[in-house]
Amino acid sequence: MILETIWFFLWGLLWAVFFMTDGFDFGVGTLYPFLGKSEDDKKAMINSIGPFWDGNEVWLITAGGVTFAAFPKVYAVMFSSLYTPLMLILFALILRGVAFEFRGQIEDAGWKRIWDICIFIGSFVPALLFGVAFANIFRGIPFDGQGVYHGNILMLLNPYGLLGGVLFLLLFMIHGANWLAMKTEGDLHTRVIALAEKIWLALVPVAVIFLVASAFATRLYDNYLAIPQFIVVILIAVAALLSIKFYLVKKAYFSAWCASAVTIVSCTFFGIIGLFPNLFPSLLDAKYNLTAFNDSSSPLTLKIMLGVVIVFIPLVIAYQIWTYNLFKGKLAKDEMEY
Amino acid sequence: MDPVFLSRLQFAVATMFHFLFVPLTLGLSIIIAWMETQYVRTGDKVYLQMTKFWGKLFLINFAVGVVTGITLEFQFGTNWSRYSEYVGDVFGSLLAIEASAAFFLESTFIGIWIFGWKKLSAKAHAIVMWLVAIAGNLSAVWILTANGFMQHPVGYTIRNGRAEMTDFFELLFNKFGILEILHVIPSACILGAFFVMGISAWHLLKKQHIDFFTRSFRIALVFGLVASLVTGFTGDLHGTHVAEVQPAKLAAMEAHWDTQTSAPLVMFAIPDEQAGKNIVEIGKIPGILSFLGYHDFNATVRGLNDFPADERPPVTITFAAFRTMVGLGTLFIILMVYGWFRRDKLMESPIFLKIMLFSIPLPYIAIETGWVLAEVGRQPWIVYGLMRTSDAASPIAGYQVMISLIAFIVIYALLGGVGYYLIAKNAIKGPVIEQH
Ligand code: HDD
Ligand code: HEM
Ligand code: HEM
Repeated sequence: MILETIWFFLWGLLWAVFFMTDGFDFGVGTLYPFLGKSEDDKKAMINSIGPFWDGNEVWLITAGGVTFAAFPKVYAVMFSSLYTPLMLILFALILRGVAFEFRGQIEDAGWKRIWDICIFIGSFVPALLFGVAFANIFRGIPFDGQGVYHGNILMLLNPYGLLGGVLFLLLFMIHGANWLAMKTEGDLHTRVIALAEKIWLALVPVAVIFLVASAFATRLYDNYLAIPQFIVVILIAVAALLSIKFYLVKKAYFSAWCASAVTIVSCTFFGIIGLFPNLFPSLLDAKYNLTAFNDSSSPLTLKIMLGVVIVFIPLVIAYQIWTYNLFKGKLAKDEMEY
Repeated sequence: MDPVFLSRLQFAVATMFHFLFVPLTLGLSIIIAWMETQYVRTGDKVYLQMTKFWGKLFLINFAVGVVTGITLEFQFGTNWSRYSEYVGDVFGSLLAIEASAAFFLESTFIGIWIFGWKKLSAKAHAIVMWLVAIAGNLSAVWILTANGFMQHPVGYTIRNGRAEMTDFFELLFNKFGILEILHVIPSACILGAFFVMGISAWHLLKKQHIDFFTRSFRIALVFGLVASLVTGFTGDLHGTHVAEVQPAKLAAMEAHWDTQTSAPLVMFAIPDEQAGKNIVEIGKIPGILSFLGYHDFNATVRGLNDFPADERPPVTITFAAFRTMVGLGTLFIILMVYGWFRRDKLMESPIFLKIMLFSIPLPYIAIETGWVLAEVGRQPWIVYGLMRTSDAASPIAGYQVMISLIAFIVIYALLGGVGYYLIAKNAIKGPVIEQH
């Protein structure tokens, strides 16, 4: 019981950290065509995430790998039911990853244009689809006791799913804008700030609608009614969301970025807590729900993996923080490698 | 549209493509780390230029390797969900460890290496390159341990209708996995070395940057020599282990149909899988197969006809793949030993240089055929003796896999084309030599 519960929350935590870290580079990539007016702007934007995006993306691989190790059946049913959206995300990530490396290799406007488009697609599509996918998971996915999916991709694009997609997109955009606010200067910086305020204004109503819609479209609030103390998570999310604006006005961009990071993590946890103990609820019948208790790995595997996670994840966090610290502030022109 | 067949094809396309780029990452990263270390030790600027020139080619290749890996990690869930449910307790943990113990290290430090030239001291920068090289090879260790379990499952028991882990260390010290590690890493070093030698040969033939490329060539030559000897040696060990634990694969890779003692080695054959014999056999050497498989000229070797028809792997592909790999492996040893004696007279050996230039694709072919042998020879099992590939696929519609397969082929073809074009372009341009 305890082991499974720990793993349930670790599972949620890994996804949350993935959204928090890769989230800002998805955001930068989504804002890229709107803010990148000149070649200098574009270079400043992609180089601002240059040293980090690859390390951030490994949080996705780890979240996937840990799902596989701790909850094999969830891994199997989740990824086969969500086959098409997941493939779209992966292809988008492929385009984005090579675009950073390939773009600067040839000095030609047409060539650069191709990779600019790939950077945008590769950031926008995952941001949107992860939101759609997670909102649908909160709502329940139509699969049966054999793990067979009954539906098609269009069913995922229901209003609540789309709302989740828009929410994630805006969250990542504000997170990316806060990052750019820290990392840019001059005219680009001014435009970033102006845009950040607009995104924030759009984000607030979407977040409120999402919280309200969750009461109708999902059963997430059941757990909050049972244990009201958990409402703290929602309060943190709201407070963090408001403080983004506060710090933007104060021109404390690092704090604003931390606030958007907290917003993303607490929004994810809003869903994770509401789901417990379900990892992957079925829309057809609650008896098919895949939970932390009916489909986890054996106690031995869970213990070994807990040992691995306790040793390596803090180590990873330590050297990633060291990296962020090494490259803090603005990159000089001759240090821009992309 | 059979989802099993399509998923197999898709996995084959995706892994074979990933493994066009990964071995160069594994082998070249070590060579570059070595060059950068030489720079730190001697202060000789040529080593710095080498690090930067080969590093640039490395990074283009690396980018494609990374992005094609991510699709693989998720395909176990998307396409092989029955497999993932059944062995996830054992197999999933190895993938999760690979990500948390190796990928993080590599992807974080590669970022530091690319952007950190001004931020770090020369020594720290070289250490970062070593971390990248070690992390890359470490990820190979984990994924091969996972593959070792599929080839020869150990450390598990069947409980609750699935395979559950009973002994983590048995899984880690699975002899099959260890032999794969000892064979794949040196084979990747061969590939890295031939890549460096081939490109160096091109410039030497054009008589440009002679000092730079002679030195690069010689460094790679040492790697190539050692690696090709080690690869041949561990390949032989690998073969005897296959004979022991996967007798059907051994029989298929030798196109050996009838069980017999003192079994002969056939140099070339055209197998007829329906009739259960070879139509053509050329160059039969008595007793050699028994010797290669069991290190005993009189050992009995089981033939394919001894296995039920539905437990035989495809023979022709396995046989041809093995012949190609071993033939090339022998050629590499010959080339490297010859090169060793010509190492001080490279400029006087234009024919050798030309051969090395045209040899760049050969290690790629050897590595791909080696994997085809290992994976096709394992059929019809996805986990040898435990689960059939036909029982392993996801319950999804064939058309979905068809669409993603086409997308894979189109995107990967473009990616590979652009990637190799950029590598070739930068290789031909040559190093940037600062004027003093
Ligand atoms: C440059 C590449 C290269 C070269 C020169 C060789 N190999 Fe190899 N071989 C591989 C690259 C490779 C590989 C692609 O890396 C494989 C696929 C699976 C594996 O573990 O390594 C492989 C597999 C493989 C297997 C099958 C293992 C299995 O079924 O899982 C055997 C028996 C050998 N090799 C034996 C040899 C021998 C006797 C060689 C003599 C020179 C040789 N290899 C050269
Ligand atoms: C990178 C080098 C590799 C190459 C080139 C390769 C090649 C292939 C090929 C050609 C197939 C299709 C075989 C068939 O269906 O007849 C295949 C299948 C498969 N391989 Fe590999 N493989 C590689 C490494 C791995 C590793 C390291 C793993 C596991 C950790 C793995 C897991 C699988 C699985 C799950 C399948 C599908 C099921 C099957 O057909 O057995 N492969 N691979
Ligand atoms: C013998 C087979 C394999 C070896 C030696 C190998 C090794 C590597 C290495 C060294 C990298 C680092 C990046 C690069 O090389 O360009 C990499 C990337 C990757 N590989 Fe493979 N791989 C193999 C097959 C597979 C398979 C079957 C999977 C699926 C589970 C996989 C998953 C990944 C992933 C997810 C990445 C991206 C990691 C990142 O973002 O840094 N690999 N692989």
